[in-house]
Amino acid sequence: MLEHYLSLAAKAIFVENMALAFFLGMCSFLAVSKKVSTAIGLGFAVIFVLTLCVPINQLVINNLLKEGALAWISPDFATVDLSFLSLLAQIGTIAALVQLVEMTLDRYFPALYNALGVFLPLIAVNCAILGTSLFMEQRDYTFGEASVFGFSSGIGWMLAVVALAAIREKMRYSNVPPGLRGLGITFIVTGLMALGFLAFSGIQL
Amino acid sequence: MDKKAKSALIDPLFNNNPIALQVLGICSALAVTTKMETAVVMSLALTAVLVLSNLTISLIRDWIPSSIRIIVQLTIIASLVILADQVLKAFVFDVAKQLSVFVGLIITNCIVMGRAEAFAMANRPFLSIIDGLGNSLGYSMVLIIVAFFRELLGSGKLFGVTILPVVTEGGWYNPNGLMVMSPSAFFLIGLGIWALRAWKTDQVEEN
Repeated sequence: MLEHYLSLAAKAIFVENMALAFFLGMCSFLAVSKKVSTAIGLGFAVIFVLTLCVPINQLVINNLLKEGALAWISPDFATVDLSFLSLLAQIGTIAALVQLVEMTLDRYFPALYNALGVFLPLIAVNCAILGTSLFMEQRDYTFGEASVFGFSSGIGWMLAVVALAAIREKMRYSNVPPGLRGLGITFIVTGLMALGFLAFSGIQL
Repeated sequence: MDKKAKSALIDPLFNNNPIALQVLGICSALAVTTKMETAVVMSLALTAVLVLSNLTISLIRDWIPSSIRIIVQLTIIASLVILADQVLKAFVFDVAKQLSVFVGLIITNCIVMGRAEAFAMANRPFLSIIDGLGNSLGYSMVLIIVAFFRELLGSGKLFGVTILPVVTEGGWYNPNGLMVMSPSAFFLIGLGIWALRAWKTDQVEEN
């Protein structure tokens, strides 16, 4: 059982890295990777929200939306299939959760709240969150698998964004051709990183 | 068509391309471009969602309280995406399966949200439709160019029709395996941006 979870985690962090293999969360990935410190801040925020929202969405989908999932209320509902609402439900959960997390942090952990700053609200529209949640739905993960998957996807995303930020900080000293400066070279560097991460494919614990 | 509408339609193609300059909607742009078919279907889905969401939001822009506008926009977009998703599943099920989660991810595609916030909230419905159309065209153009190279060089085909007969099937073309994997999408877009900025030098960034 433990091995199963470990291999799931390794797969989510390295082999199927959300940012480098599935291109998820690219907008914020490119926007905040100018400085390592901001990249770390956003990385933690993403891990935090992913760890909470993927398991919660798993519960919502399996207990409220799936065909026959409402049978626990009354047997009459056994044929109700609300799965077409799952997109709306998931984005709703994510937005609500981000709001809740923001308020809780503001009230009880002001230091962390100030460190994350503007990144918290932005996470609601980070496609890495919704994407991970949708993959969880598509692959029919159990509650335990969903928790591991959410957490390790967050780790993988943070790893990628911090690495890119470190490279970009060094790149400020290099002479990049004018047309490639900024966005262009960032794409190429990300491509090279993705190439590196391809080396992990096929690894199984 | 007056000048303003024309520039709303044409500008996003080269001068203000959503992907190459505004840095919007990159996630889906990279992931669905291994084949022309998926790229075209994705472009059509995004066009439909973007035009309709711009229209809807522009129509009710005077009644949206600014404090809850993000939630209102998100709900409108999510409903449109659900519609698009259901239509795709009903009529082109195979392609919908290949697109997997990326149709759902149109909700968080920053082009839709970004244009709603930046344009539709402040302009008349007709102009908003044109703006939506223009930005989808800019997005589709990048998608289709990238997909063209990835499918042609990666598997020797276009829309599934063999153009370059590959060696394994008795032809002469040795397919470039890198092209079907994720890094090539980054390289192609990076090179595309380079080409665009070599032409439009005013888009060059500071180092």
